[in-house]
Amino acid sequence: MSDTTIKPRIEKIPLSEQFFQKLPVLLVPILAVAGLLAIGNPASWLTLTVAGLAMGMMIFIMASGLTVVFGLMDVINFGHGAFVAVGAFVGFTVLAWLAGWTASPSVMLNLTAVLIAILAAMLVTGLLGYAFERVIVMPVYGEHLKQILVTMGGLIVAQQMIYVVWGPDELHISRPEAFKGSLVIGEAAIEKYRLVAVGIGLALFLGMRHILKSTKVGLLVRAGVENGEMVEALGYRIRLLFLIVFMTGSALAGLGGVMWGLYQETITAHMGSEIMVLVFIVVIIGGLGSVEGCFIGAMLVGLLANYTAFLAPKVALISTIALMVAILMWRPQGLYPVVKAK
Amino acid sequence: MTDALLTLSGVHTHIGPYHILQGVDLIVPQGGVTVLLGRNGAGKTTTLRTIMGLWKASQGDVRFEDHVITRLDTPEISRRGIAFVPEDMGIFTDLTVAENMLLAAANGPIDEKRLAWIKELFPPIGTFWNSSAGTLSGGQKQMLAVARAIIEPRRLILIDEPTKGLAPAIINAMTDALRELKNTDTTILLVEQNFTMASSIGDTVAVMDDGRIIHAGAMQELVDDADLQEKLMGLSLEAHQ
Ligand SMILES: Nc1ncnc2c1ncn2[C@@H]1O[C@H](COP(=O)(O)OP(=O)(O)O)[C@@H](O)[C@H]1O
Ligand SMILES: [Mg+2]
Repeated sequence: MSDTTIKPRIEKIPLSEQFFQKLPVLLVPILAVAGLLAIGNPASWLTLTVAGLAMGMMIFIMASGLTVVFGLMDVINFGHGAFVAVGAFVGFTVLAWLAGWTASPSVMLNLTAVLIAILAAMLVTGLLGYAFERVIVMPVYGEHLKQILVTMGGLIVAQQMIYVVWGPDELHISRPEAFKGSLVIGEAAIEKYRLVAVGIGLALFLGMRHILKSTKVGLLVRAGVENGEMVEALGYRIRLLFLIVFMTGSALAGLGGVMWGLYQETITAHMGSEIMVLVFIVVIIGGLGSVEGCFIGAMLVGLLANYTAFLAPKVALISTIALMVAILMWRPQGLYPVVKAK
Repeated sequence: MTDALLTLSGVHTHIGPYHILQGVDLIVPQGGVTVLLGRNGAGKTTTLRTIMGLWKASQGDVRFEDHVITRLDTPEISRRGIAFVPEDMGIFTDLTVAENMLLAAANGPIDEKRLAWIKELFPPIGTFWNSSAGTLSGGQKQMLAVARAIIEPRRLILIDEPTKGLAPAIINAMTDALRELKNTDTTILLVEQNFTMASSIGDTVAVMDDGRIIHAGAMQELVDDADLQEKLMGLSLEAHQ
């Protein structure tokens, strides 16, 4: 190259702006402190906070696949809840088969049973995701209205299939011995299962972050979210990437379904569509397509739902919607807007 | 005349209801730089996108190295050795410069020798290796876009207006880099509105208007023929000088 000098341009981001960029992350501790002030009693606060985080983690697990599918494929999947429900039912069936293990006092056997249930649920919902993408989603890429109609249709079909296989009644699923009961810390009682949920959710979040930041598939997903055409022009078959991501998202919804089922201890064919309201709120709050935003959104929704349920049960239902409205007024694209070409 | 590397014959492209390319006949000879000129809206970008398979020709054929590639998917066309630097550069701003380059090396790990050569061509690639590509200036982004296209050896590179909106010093740097690239066995199809730049590196030229090629020949011929320039430029070029 010639002797032209090209001025390096390193952006010094002003402190105020740095704070502004970090603000979404700070919202979670801010909400927790606000909760403590409002609730007053530290023991109740601790119980509610762990409950809120656990709920948030489970919503995150269900929502993470949906947000990546939207970001990468620009597909609005109203059928996502089907994978949650199917996952829960498959998990239930496996745990019922392994009743001897779940009832056993051996923590190892308990854990193995849950692990098998989770793997089976993820396998079934992952394969179901394969069929769903090929049959239902593929013909309607790029057409939002059709996507909404057709994926809702898929949801209804899936729910009817659950009726056929498992019957119309709600089923009771009991937690393995090791997950029953609470730990008592000072005056606060913390359900063991919630700690497990927090652990799994956190591990999943860190794992997803690692994959998205440090593996080629992860880089392709992030690049594809911004500019899918360019990914193809570089020689990658984005349709294959779509399929992998869709199947992964479906399997995660299945995992979320098992965990949510064990949390509620009751499962129904329409549990998926019920939880989807919260899942969509979380995806929108986080910024469509953003895994980080989705995680923070889920924590906020989980905490707020538990705090308000304690403080003012009557407004608990609308509090999460109010949160979404407030955040969208502040950041219309959600907490972490995703860059899109064009 | 050398063998044709790429040939478009009677290519028509529709975008939705619009009939954009209306029978494009274009020959890109093996080696050197072919410049595609034409006023805004003539169909230059559409031509490149059609070659790349991003828009499908509704009629006519695109041949590359004796194979018809008209109906192939974009990734397949890319893997046959055609790289594309789009008008908007197509940088992944959420990724670092290094990650952009890593993805561009679709066939495996980056060849370190080639990378060193690219860093010589475009020093900012080395300087900002670990920076987020979104923080680069316009000129640096353009360099990254070209660097991505050449990180693996390619038969043909399609470059859409690489000097658009850039400062003169950066245009010179870019021109020098393309001139050096010419000396490798990569063929370049360059869309360019800056005639000074285009004539300084072009070997062959084609001029488009209204979705058709209205002139094709050696660049020197056009440079020497003031009348022809007047005729074509009046139509297509002067407004952009
Ligand atoms: N996405 C699109 N939808 C509709 N018309 C388009 C689109 N892209 C380009 N065109 C039209 O096609 C014609 C050729 O455009 P283009 O190939 O971009 O021209 P150039 O690159 O020579 O400026 C223009 O009239 C433009 O308005
Ligand atoms: Mg153009």
